[in-house]
Amino acid sequence: MPVTTIAGREITVNEEGFLTEYDEWDDSIGAALAAQIGIAELTDEHWQVIRFVRSDYAAEGESPTLRRVNNVGEIPTKSLFKLFPKKPAKKMSYIAGVPKPHGCV
Amino acid sequence: MKKLLVLGAGTAGTMAVNKLRNHLDRDEWDITIVDADPIHQYQPGYLFIPFGTYEPGEVVKATAQFIPKGVELLMGEIAAVDTDANQVRMADDTLLDYDQLIIATGTHPRPDQTEGLDSDEYGKTIHDFYSLDGAIALRDSLAKWEGGRLVINIVEMPIKCPVAPLEFAFLADGFFTERNMRDDVQITYVTPLDAAFTKPVAAKQLGGMLDERDITLEPDFMVMEVDSDRKMLVSYDEREIPYDLLVTIPTNMGADFVGVSGLGDELNHVKVDKHTFLAVGQDNVFALGDAAALPTSKAGSVAHFAVEVFVDNFLNHIEGRPMTHEFDGHANCFVESGNGKGLLLDFNYDTQPLMGKYPVPHVGPFSLLKETAANHQGKLMFKWIYWNMLLRGRPMPLPAEMSMAGKIAEEPVK
Repeated sequence: MPVTTIAGREITVNEEGFLTEYDEWDDSIGAALAAQIGIAELTDEHWQVIRFVRSDYAAEGESPTLRRVNNVGEIPTKSLFKLFPKKPAKKMSYIAGVPKPHGCV
Repeated sequence: MKKLLVLGAGTAGTMAVNKLRNHLDRDEWDITIVDADPIHQYQPGYLFIPFGTYEPGEVVKATAQFIPKGVELLMGEIAAVDTDANQVRMADDTLLDYDQLIIATGTHPRPDQTEGLDSDEYGKTIHDFYSLDGAIALRDSLAKWEGGRLVINIVEMPIKCPVAPLEFAFLADGFFTERNMRDDVQITYVTPLDAAFTKPVAAKQLGGMLDERDITLEPDFMVMEVDSDRKMLVSYDEREIPYDLLVTIPTNMGADFVGVSGLGDELNHVKVDKHTFLAVGQDNVFALGDAAALPTSKAGSVAHFAVEVFVDNFLNHIEGRPMTHEFDGHANCFVESGNGKGLLLDFNYDTQPLMGKYPVPHVGPFSLLKETAANHQGKLMFKWIYWNMLLRGRPMPLPAEMSMAGKIAEEPVK
């Protein structure tokens, strides 16, 4: 796996740039990853989604789908599209340092 | 007597009882299979009905004729599973005891999950081909349609047979071309995915085939609402796509009883170990076929390969031995591309669909990810194989585990 430097630290990522080590992530890494995909500032609403994605991944062993963030995380899908434009499922996982959701096979 | 209870007499459940009846001692194990439908439907055949290639009568047979001697077929609706009591409650309150339970109740289109989709226009200007009734209504609409904007839309992944919407687009192009009205029809393919298909090599190949046919691809479109008065798809990020004829692939969900019983994910697909199909947190409940939440395609071929692996594991499990066989997510899908040709995809959890030959390396007769007439013949031949070999659990000359032999490896694609 390639290693890259994010927020001044060496981080392991896959070929698409998603973090492969859950524990290498912290808030500053999350902010740096968000900036890389054009989200300059993470608001409280962004953090609410990111925290849910991380805790759900830790509990379930897989990245939540939009439906799950809506149903279980109680954050409406419409808001997710506002917070993470165009590709919310991919972007929220990327920023939260968990794998790309595999709901799509 | 010990009791094996199988819920669902579709592809996976029927194959499982045919194989297991041969292996389980009749003096030791009773097998019962439950389904609400006296008719077994050949679901891959739905695709051909709207274009008049198959008649509805070709894709249905009596469920009972595929259930072997020594297996009881019980007709009825399932209400819930009580895993603490090892009991299934039916809608009429009958209780069925089990020692081992297999859930194989599939996944089904649910237009009610999308605002405005389940409207009065369903069956008129809005159609699906993921049910027999839907495919017949679409056939009748296509026969008299004079042209306009045809929009094919996948509401949400996962869906069963994820290549079927693309096949529908290719076949529609051929259908209108043959009727000399292709210039009067704009075809748009609207998907929540970021490309024509999920995996990179196949997405590139299949996306190119949409281009060649002048079919517009609208990726990253997640439908929030269907406005059937304005004939408009509206996305969560407020984009709009107009249609005259909408062919929808609604959200697919597992059976409601799965959710009610606490065994499912948000879409009522049973949460299982992806290598053994044992339900999470259970020791005597399995899920097979589309009913299981697995990170591979929901397709008959997957159910077939899965059942092969499952049977050996199950026989070990009931004797208290470890389950040593691991399912690899193997899927093998014929893709109709129109004009008497087709493609073949062969992949698993770890390997995306690649180019090459199948099943005999370098020989074929089938070509992977390439349009050939042999692949089309394979798809048509499969109906006979399904009714006569597959459902009855007869041995097939295809290994359950995917092989790299005959495949052309690719550099990782970004």
